[in-house]
Amino acid sequence: MKLPIFLDNHSTTPMDPRVLEAMLPYFVEKFGNAASRNHAFGWAAEEAVEHARKQIAKLINADGKEIVFTSGATESDNLALKGALEMYKEKGTHIITSSTEHRAVLDTAKSLEAKGLATVTYLPVDKYGMVNPQDVQNAITDKTILISVMLANNEIGTINPIQEIGKIAKAKGVLFHCDATQGVGKIPVDVQAMGIDLMSFTSHKIYGPKGVGALYVRKRNPRVRIAAQMDGGGHERGMRSGTLPVPLIVGFGKACELCEQEMATDAVRLSKMRDRLQTDIMAALEESYLNGHPTNRLPGNLNISFAYVEGESLLMGMKDIALSSGSACTSATLEPSYVLRALGVGTELAHSSIRFGLGRFNTDEEIDYTIKKVIEIVTKLREMSPLYEMAKEGVDLKSVQWAAH
Amino acid sequence: MAYSDKVVDHFNNPRNMGSFKKDEEGVGTGMVGAPECGDVMKLQIKVQNDTIVDAKFKTFGCGSAIASSSLATEWLKGKTIEEAQKIKNTDIVQELNLPPVKIHCSVLAEDAIKAALTDYQKKTDAQSTDTK
Repeated sequence: MKLPIFLDNHSTTPMDPRVLEAMLPYFVEKFGNAASRNHAFGWAAEEAVEHARKQIAKLINADGKEIVFTSGATESDNLALKGALEMYKEKGTHIITSSTEHRAVLDTAKSLEAKGLATVTYLPVDKYGMVNPQDVQNAITDKTILISVMLANNEIGTINPIQEIGKIAKAKGVLFHCDATQGVGKIPVDVQAMGIDLMSFTSHKIYGPKGVGALYVRKRNPRVRIAAQMDGGGHERGMRSGTLPVPLIVGFGKACELCEQEMATDAVRLSKMRDRLQTDIMAALEESYLNGHPTNRLPGNLNISFAYVEGESLLMGMKDIALSSGSACTSATLEPSYVLRALGVGTELAHSSIRFGLGRFNTDEEIDYTIKKVIEIVTKLREMSPLYEMAKEGVDLKSVQWAAH
Repeated sequence: MAYSDKVVDHFNNPRNMGSFKKDEEGVGTGMVGAPECGDVMKLQIKVQNDTIVDAKFKTFGCGSAIASSSLATEWLKGKTIEEAQKIKNTDIVQELNLPPVKIHCSVLAEDAIKAALTDYQKKTDAQSTDTK
């Protein structure tokens, strides 16, 4: 076993060597511009791109023509929200989204609001982080043009009832955008069955290269249009200008093909490892709390709060395991995770959370090591924690008058 | 963000981690911070003849908070009450090479020192009034 261990597969994933192999010819030999229509270099590039489009579309049950390449999911989210609003603003300017969306959706919505271009409803989630479809239904007005709800949450892995939301959107004639960045390639996604009109996803979360993503844009029933947010050569059916990064797209395509073939077996293996990680850690450590849905979650996701210890110190104590925490000390904003706060997790437990993200290349041996390390460091830090000491003495921490600073 | 070697050393080998009994003679206890803010420090001193003979800490917080309080206990030992009053958060920042986002950890450690000293003074004042 090699150290350090990578257990942060929600942030990014290592590239599958098979993906790299597929990409290699497209750097030096087949370097053409896919938009060059008049020579063999361009044709070879175009052919590779069209093949990748099909591989990607197949994974989500779409048509290759419905795939618009972008630089990644952040751009896809921006393009979906801003592009749809600009295109349909005559119909209305109301957008519905949820409070636990990724910042790429939330901050885009907030920016549209701040500019006075849209009004936005942020739906609450239940204690597991799920959006209630009934809330979506109730929030729709005659001015609503777009619903944007994520497939699976990046922190807690909870999977939303996308199909039901899709049905509501369809019945009301409202466009439905889904940020599926964490879900595509991990769980089955079918844009037809789920009633999705626009969908963001990216290559580097599914063992493909960084720097390429896609926006699925439905072509029929209904034909969805979005206004381009960048002017230029009119690539991607006029929706996203810019020369296509052919090697990245080839890699993205290959990554999708591999996911399509291996997703089911990967999911079984990852769930098993994840369940063992969860059971062993939580059995050994009292007052550890699972964040997110107990069953309806991504196969590789586990998010636990360890009462009385702070997240960043936990990460520091496990230097040879790459993990992530919802603690304020690890965020740029100095606020603890807004996702955990939205579930009703107390601030102190949000500070104490650790996210484990398992991926294709993790092994049982690595999980054994992680279980041992987590138990060791939590125990050590609790010994060091005045809060744990007080709790053991029977002090109700909520009744203490803290000198906030 | 990379931690300085000194922060890592204090984190891995905390000095004087533990507790005194609060009601023990000569013990002053300072508890500062709040769980909602992500850090709570408990710092205790044991004083004999106006000199701090021992110090202990327990900290809930990030690595820098743990290191700041560990360092504080090291510095307190052997100092007189008057000398201990003069420990500044900037000294801790310098010694541990704390980045700007972690300066609040050093402020908290200074507050904890002040709180422990105040608690000790209060206790001894109360005792001397009792004996009068």
